[in-house]
Formats: sequence, C-alpha cells, structure tokens
Amino acid sequence: MLQVFLAKVHVTLRKSILDPQGKAVEHAVATLGVVGVDEVRIGKYIEFRVDGKSEQEAREAAEQVCRKLLANPVMEDFSLVVEPQ
Amino acid sequence: MKEMTDRNIRFGVVVFPGSNCDHDAHHAAGALLGQSAEFLWHKDHDLKNSDVIILPGGFSFGDYLRSGAIARFSPIMKEVIRFAQDGGVVIGICNGFQVLVEAGLLPGALIRNSSLRFVCRFVHLRVENGATRLTNRCKQGEVLTIPVAHGEGNYRTDPETHRRLEENGQILFRYCDKQGRTTPEANPNGSLDNIAGIMNEEGNVFGMMPHPERACDPLLRYTDGRKIFESIINSFVRPATEPELVSIHNGGR
Repeated sequence: MLQVFLAKVHVTLRKSILDPQGKAVEHAVATLGVVGVDEVRIGKYIEFRVDGKSEQEAREAAEQVCRKLLANPVMEDFSLVVEPQ
Repeated sequence: MKEMTDRNIRFGVVVFPGSNCDHDAHHAAGALLGQSAEFLWHKDHDLKNSDVIILPGGFSFGDYLRSGAIARFSPIMKEVIRFAQDGGVVIGICNGFQVLVEAGLLPGALIRNSSLRFVCRFVHLRVENGATRLTNRCKQGEVLTIPVAHGEGNYRTDPETHRRLEENGQILFRYCDKQGRTTPEANPNGSLDNIAGIMNEEGNVFGMMPHPERACDPLLRYTDGRKIFESIINSFVRPATEPELVSIHNGGR
C-alpha cells in the first residue's frame, strides 16, 4: 500500500559561501535599530508530496530530488523533513 | 575530432525558453563570421551535425530555482553532454555558462553578484591562456573589451579546484582594468580571483560570463568578440600547425 508523505525542504547557501543577500538584510536590520542580530542567511523553502511504501522509501526519493535538483551541492546545503500526510 | 579545411564550421545554438542571446550568437557565427548556424530547440534530440554547440545567454526557464538548474534537464542536454564527453566543442555564454556548471560539465558555481545588482556594461578581460580552442587568435595577456550582462556571475569554487584550474591553465579570462591589472574594482561581480571564463581539463568545454557575440559587429563599436569566434573556427581549420593545440586536440576523447 502506497502512503503519501509531505516533504519539507530548506535550501541555504553553504556556510563557507558569502551570502550577499543575507549581508544586505543584516545591514537593513542594523538600520532598523534592532541590535544583536547577525549571520543572516537567505534560503528557499520547498515542499512537495511524495509516495512511498514506507517513510524510508519516501525519504530516499525525496533525498534524491534534493541532491540532484533542489540544491546544488557545490554551493548549497539542504535539510529535509518527511512526514506522513 | 573532425578536421576540415574546405567547408564552413557548423554552429548549433540551443534555444531554451527564456534564452535571449540565441539570435545574437546565431548572427555572429552565421552572418558576421560567415559560418553556418542552426537553432537547436531544447526539446529536440538532434544536434544537426553541429561542430560547435553554443548554450546562449538569457534567462532559461525564468532562472527558476537557480540559474541554469532547470535547463540542464532539457531533453537536448542529454545529447549535448554526450557530445561534450566525446570531445565536441561546447561553449556556454552567460546563462549558458550557468547551465554548464549545473550540468557538471564545468567545475564550480555561479552565485549572486556581490553587489546584488544586475551588471550590464563593457568590461576588460585579460587573456590568461592564449593556447586554447577559444583563445588561439588572442595573445597571451591581451586585454579584450567585451560586455557583461548578468545578476549571477559571481564564480565560486573550492580552493582545491581553484588550484587545479590555475595549474592546468583552465582559467581563460580574468576581469581587469584597461592596463590589464586584475584589481577588485575591475571585478564586476565579486568572482573568485577575478575569474571570467574557464574550460574543462580536456579543453573542449568552455564557459564565460561576458558576451563575445555582442562584440562582433562593427556597428556596435567593439569587435573583440570576433577573436573568440575566429579562434574556434581556426581550431578546426589548422589543428596540426600549432603545437600547443595538438595536445588539446588529443586530449579530447
């Protein structure tokens, strides 16, 4: 029996890569007058439905999508959460 | 590798939805340089016997997800990748360069310009390796004037890859000032080490952010882009007469 899962993916630039958008937001935060905020990183949030006989199987399919398409491993990291729907 | 002296070089220009320099590249190779040029629709699988494939500039698939990330999965890319692996000459200009790094045919990545601005202007490029199929009509260290037009041309790679690019002469161009100095001010996008264009280790896949096809017509004032196209043509016409070129030819599989 196939079950349906929801995959939730966050993609962010790797820590070692300068994030110019994050830096610009950081400067805006300073201008706003809020203190104590730094290391702003801009990323993407992507979600999709994925079928699988088990959570493990759905996770493997979702991971493949992340690795091969949603994130570019040269410059990005991703985090993936798979939950039953 | 095909060798020829008696006929035109066939340029195939891939057209993705959102390509906008495809006609410029076709015009430069065809009308201005007198070669034959064909458009190749991204959904086709036929490279129409092209000798050279150009992935043109533009915003393929609206730059959705990441620049070049969707285009790399277009049907014709299967053929382009096979062609490149067989030693065929593939040139990615601007968005085409982004597609080539996404496809893994060239190392590294192109991220948002450090200024966060779209940069559209003429830049100076120093020729770092004048003995490639893309630069053999340029002198080593020569300064070319060619325009850039991009928002994501900030070239990045890890230190190990950077070292290998340098050692193997795979860095083709660096952003520089009029005098050929690679200063931070001359760098329009924050690229690592002012890198503007690279090639693969085998010397048959090329990527550059600047647009040589926009600097070919005397009407547009600067014609340094012609040297790039002439180099490609030259690399087919006289492979045996240039010692440096021989090794590059043999490097192709």
